[in-house]
Amino acid sequence: MPLQTPPLRGLHDERGAKFTEFGGWDMPVEFDSIRTEHAAVREDVGVFDVSHMGQIHVTGPDATELMQRLTSNDVSRLHVGDSQYAAITDEEGIVIDDTVVYRLPNESDEGAADEDGEATYLFVPNAGADESTHERWITYRNEWDLEATVDNRTDEYAMLAVQGPNAAALVDDVIDEDVAELARFEAQYATVDGVECWTARTGYTGEDGFELIVPWSAAEDIWSQFDCQPCGLGARDTLRIEAGLLLAGQDFDRESNPRTPYEAGIGFTVDLETEFVGREALARVREEGVEEELVGFQLIDRGVPRHGYDITNTETRVIGTVTSGTMSPSLGKPIGLGYVPVEYAEPGTTLQVIVRGQSKKARVETTPFIDTV
Amino acid sequence: MSFDIPDDRRYLESHEWALEDDGTVRVGITDFAQDELGDVVFVELPDEGDSLTQEEQFGVIESIKAVSDLYAPVSGEVVAINEALFDAPELVNEDPFGDGWMLEIDADDASELENLLSPEEYEEQIA
Repeated sequence: MPLQTPPLRGLHDERGAKFTEFGGWDMPVEFDSIRTEHAAVREDVGVFDVSHMGQIHVTGPDATELMQRLTSNDVSRLHVGDSQYAAITDEEGIVIDDTVVYRLPNESDEGAADEDGEATYLFVPNAGADESTHERWITYRNEWDLEATVDNRTDEYAMLAVQGPNAAALVDDVIDEDVAELARFEAQYATVDGVECWTARTGYTGEDGFELIVPWSAAEDIWSQFDCQPCGLGARDTLRIEAGLLLAGQDFDRESNPRTPYEAGIGFTVDLETEFVGREALARVREEGVEEELVGFQLIDRGVPRHGYDITNTETRVIGTVTSGTMSPSLGKPIGLGYVPVEYAEPGTTLQVIVRGQSKKARVETTPFIDTV
Repeated sequence: MSFDIPDDRRYLESHEWALEDDGTVRVGITDFAQDELGDVVFVELPDEGDSLTQEEQFGVIESIKAVSDLYAPVSGEVVAINEALFDAPELVNEDPFGDGWMLEIDADDASELENLLSPEEYEEQIA
């Protein structure tokens, strides 16, 4: 299958970016160097093209019920302009995907919350998951006979992430409205060069920042307004590992590494007071506790932990697997994430990571590895 | 993008360079290789006194995004390693043909270098 290309592909090419396949998309992995891009986001501001992220729009009288029953968090708490991190789980409570759900103004009422509860949602599945998620929503909508329209708009919108301590100042310069006043996880429509963009104070780097969902056709113009360091998926990965944030398909994977939200450290996205697919299984897990959980660790010996490396205890018995790892550009130390039995999860616990056949000492750390917003 | 390919040395298909001086062969990786790897964060090298045979793996280089094995251009004894790389692996990015060198081998038979690629042949390989 041919790779999907973001609308900014041409601009990235001109800028000399290197590309990688990610979730079926041909995306920039590096513009200058991961170290440079990473530092820009930690110390100043950088902009990412994240158009590979899915965009699914849900509206209609039963939109809230459909969203409530297919995501783990409580969408009824969302007012217009709010957003919420949630898991999408199967009947066994296994994480299929993680997502951010935005409540949009209803198209009919120009921004006011609808008094009868009708609401419009946009949510963002991970790269390559938009089609299967769209199908899932349609299948359940039909099975439950709910009145909701579900549109996959991934091909209609690009997505930009402007991230870093100076992101608010830059966004304030570029955007007509006063979006610097938005609180974390708040969003609104705002205009850039006359184009309406859904602008949210969210991100995936551990820094302050904004994500803009913009019409595909205007993506180049809007990208060009942000005069700052362009950043690729390489820096995005090092930044999110330092922030202890999960990568779908790596830190959890329904097929190869099935995990509940409690194991994956995102139990806070589960609201057992709501009814959703997987709730009963997760109520049991909550009651009984987990056997393994995701921990952060630092390698004490020299080396770099990588996805798939074994984790052992100090008696060299294999107890887990590294799911993500890198040399942290901010800390200058090798760090990683991996699942271990709960008795090894306490910060300070000594572990070993098998790096190309050699046992390297590691220590469990609290995450995030760095201070984040 | 064009890359430096000094004409005073020979090259392996696996992107190491070899510079001979009176029977001692200095080894590193090429400009092309460091660019492909990106930010180098870790280099694992053999000990002085270790024996290597031509094309034997002698170490590992890791960037933030990738891991690569390193291969010996000639057979012989390791007589020096660049310990500066342990604290400053970024030297490989900054100066791959100079300060970013990795080790020196006392070659058993310097004529083994003739098995390697000439600068022109290496340029063709990465074109």
